[in-house]
Amino acid sequence: MMNNEPIIQIKNLSRSFGDILAVDRVSFVINPGEVFGLLGPNGAGKTTTVRMLAALLEPTSGEAYVAGFQIGKEDQKIRRKIGLLPEAPGLYDALTAEQNLAFYGAMYGVEEISRQIKHYLEFLGLWNRRHEPVATFSKGMRQKLAIARALLHEPEVLFLDEPTSGLDPQAARLVREFIAGLKGEGRTIILCTHNLEEADRLCDRVAFVNGHLVALDSPKVLRRKIFGRKVVFHLVEAKTEFTQVVEPFDFVSEVQVVENKILASVEDPEKNNPEVIRALVEEGAEIQFVGELRRRLEDVYLELMKSAEGSNNG
Amino acid sequence: MDRIRAIIVKEWREVFKNKFVFFTVAFLPLMITALPLGMIYFATGSESFAGVTAADLPPQFSAMCGELSGGDCMMYYIVTQFLLLFMMIPVIIPMTIASYSIVGEKTTRTLEPLLVTPVTTLEILVGKGLAGIIPAVSATWIGYLLYAAGAHIMVDNPAVVGKLFDPLWMTAIFVVGPLLSVFGVSIAVMISSRVNDPRVAEQISGIFVLPVVGLFIGQTTGFILVNQQFILWMAGILLVLDSVLFYFAIQIFQRETILSRWK
Ligand SMILES: Nc1ncnc2c1ncn2[C@@H]1O[C@H](COP(=O)(O)OP(=O)(O)OP(=O)(O)O)[C@@H](O)[C@H]1O
Ligand SMILES: [Mg+2]
Repeated sequence: MMNNEPIIQIKNLSRSFGDILAVDRVSFVINPGEVFGLLGPNGAGKTTTVRMLAALLEPTSGEAYVAGFQIGKEDQKIRRKIGLLPEAPGLYDALTAEQNLAFYGAMYGVEEISRQIKHYLEFLGLWNRRHEPVATFSKGMRQKLAIARALLHEPEVLFLDEPTSGLDPQAARLVREFIAGLKGEGRTIILCTHNLEEADRLCDRVAFVNGHLVALDSPKVLRRKIFGRKVVFHLVEAKTEFTQVVEPFDFVSEVQVVENKILASVEDPEKNNPEVIRALVEEGAEIQFVGELRRRLEDVYLELMKSAEGSNNG
Repeated sequence: MDRIRAIIVKEWREVFKNKFVFFTVAFLPLMITALPLGMIYFATGSESFAGVTAADLPPQFSAMCGELSGGDCMMYYIVTQFLLLFMMIPVIIPMTIASYSIVGEKTTRTLEPLLVTPVTTLEILVGKGLAGIIPAVSATWIGYLLYAAGAHIMVDNPAVVGKLFDPLWMTAIFVVGPLLSVFGVSIAVMISSRVNDPRVAEQISGIFVLPVVGLFIGQTTGFILVNQQFILWMAGILLVLDSVLFYFAIQIFQRETILSRWK
């Protein structure tokens, strides 16, 4: 029972800045231990949503609960339960890595602060440079230190606002692996990102937002919902009569011929493909390969945003 | 308490790395102490005081001299002239420190990670405030002690130097001084919320030093007589002013305001 309670609950949450409606009646729940992606174009309200959930900004309307506490009413309790990596790492340049963490340890009242600092600095490869002022750190090192800062007090919920933006591929990968590791610890993670590959790999579910909530599901389901499952039949020669063999099946739709390939949406490829293949072979088709056309989450994103734009203009 | 202490230490580590801040905190009190000492040095060197009588001084002031002779009263007059100058130390130092510490956090975007912690607005402001007030009040006291020591060496009549420890000066240094530093911090917090350059914040805040300068000029030109009553009035007015300003500083320092309205 307890484990099934959502750790974050948002109901009709809105926030405006003057005339700008940054977040528009968004509702969703996040389950404990989930890695939840927030995706959307610049200015879609991701950061604003995170700030509201982190008890930094008040919602204009609607309500939200984090770890069982209502935002705007029990902010102080929420603050102890959450960690935030903001868009900008925001470290104190004149202080050393260790002094930065010690300062935040004091803000959170972390008890075994030196042990925690050692743990995270070692884990993130910064232990040897703990006595150096942050001013001398590279962007990637700062980002890692800011992540350590967000984790010092072992929060139940971790908000990461674009954790890998501006990092080189190697540093980005290290951070991504680190996040994947955190997932294993059962922490709930809310991840804002523009890197769809990253969301695809790390997130259990993703929400596409653009002011309002555009779509929400697991990356896999989203891919299927938007595009169905496309199967590609590579033939030695794709004659047009072959399409007449494929089309009559109930479970097949959108048949296309491209060069020597037949593309078709198939409801349940694992079950349906053998039947299609048999029919094609009987018709004399020479099949070289059969495969599924992989869609990337990026395609889903672009498709969703395209249709959202269409509906806005219309 | 731990949080406030951690904030104070952090502010000092940060802000004193800045040469300008360090210079202000270290040299302003030295200058303000050296100036009156120099004046006394030249005054005692000249013989012109010997013939001074009570009639040469503002009548209200002569009343304050009590038993002192005309020349000594003149000396006391000079010594007292600089009391208000001293009052600039506790305003300017915390303004400088608070401006740099708050605008600094704004430009390096360190406020958001700080505000997401369970630290309260009051703790942040008290921490930042004390980080400015402690050096300011210490510098005022140290400057004052140096001044008294210097005067003791240069002025022959111990009664004149003794006047530096009368209730007037004590109230000024130990009550009005700290109240002025709270004033300086509160002003700096409010100005800092609106600008993005610590020097600009400092300059705008500097306008609020003018009343003290004005009082000083008023005193030297004889418009204002700095006596016990004047100092008590000053303390009373500052107490009210500080409460109002500190209240506004807290309002301005709310998380919501900082993240949605600070530019
Ligand atoms: N403090 C503020 N004052 C005024 N408008 C704001 C403020 N913060 C955000 N906005 C506006 O709200 C909208 C959403 O901004 P937000 O930063 O949440 O977007 P985002 O999804 O995080 O974008 P990005 O991907 O660029 O980080 C934008 O139009 C932005 O201009
Ligand atoms: Mg953002």
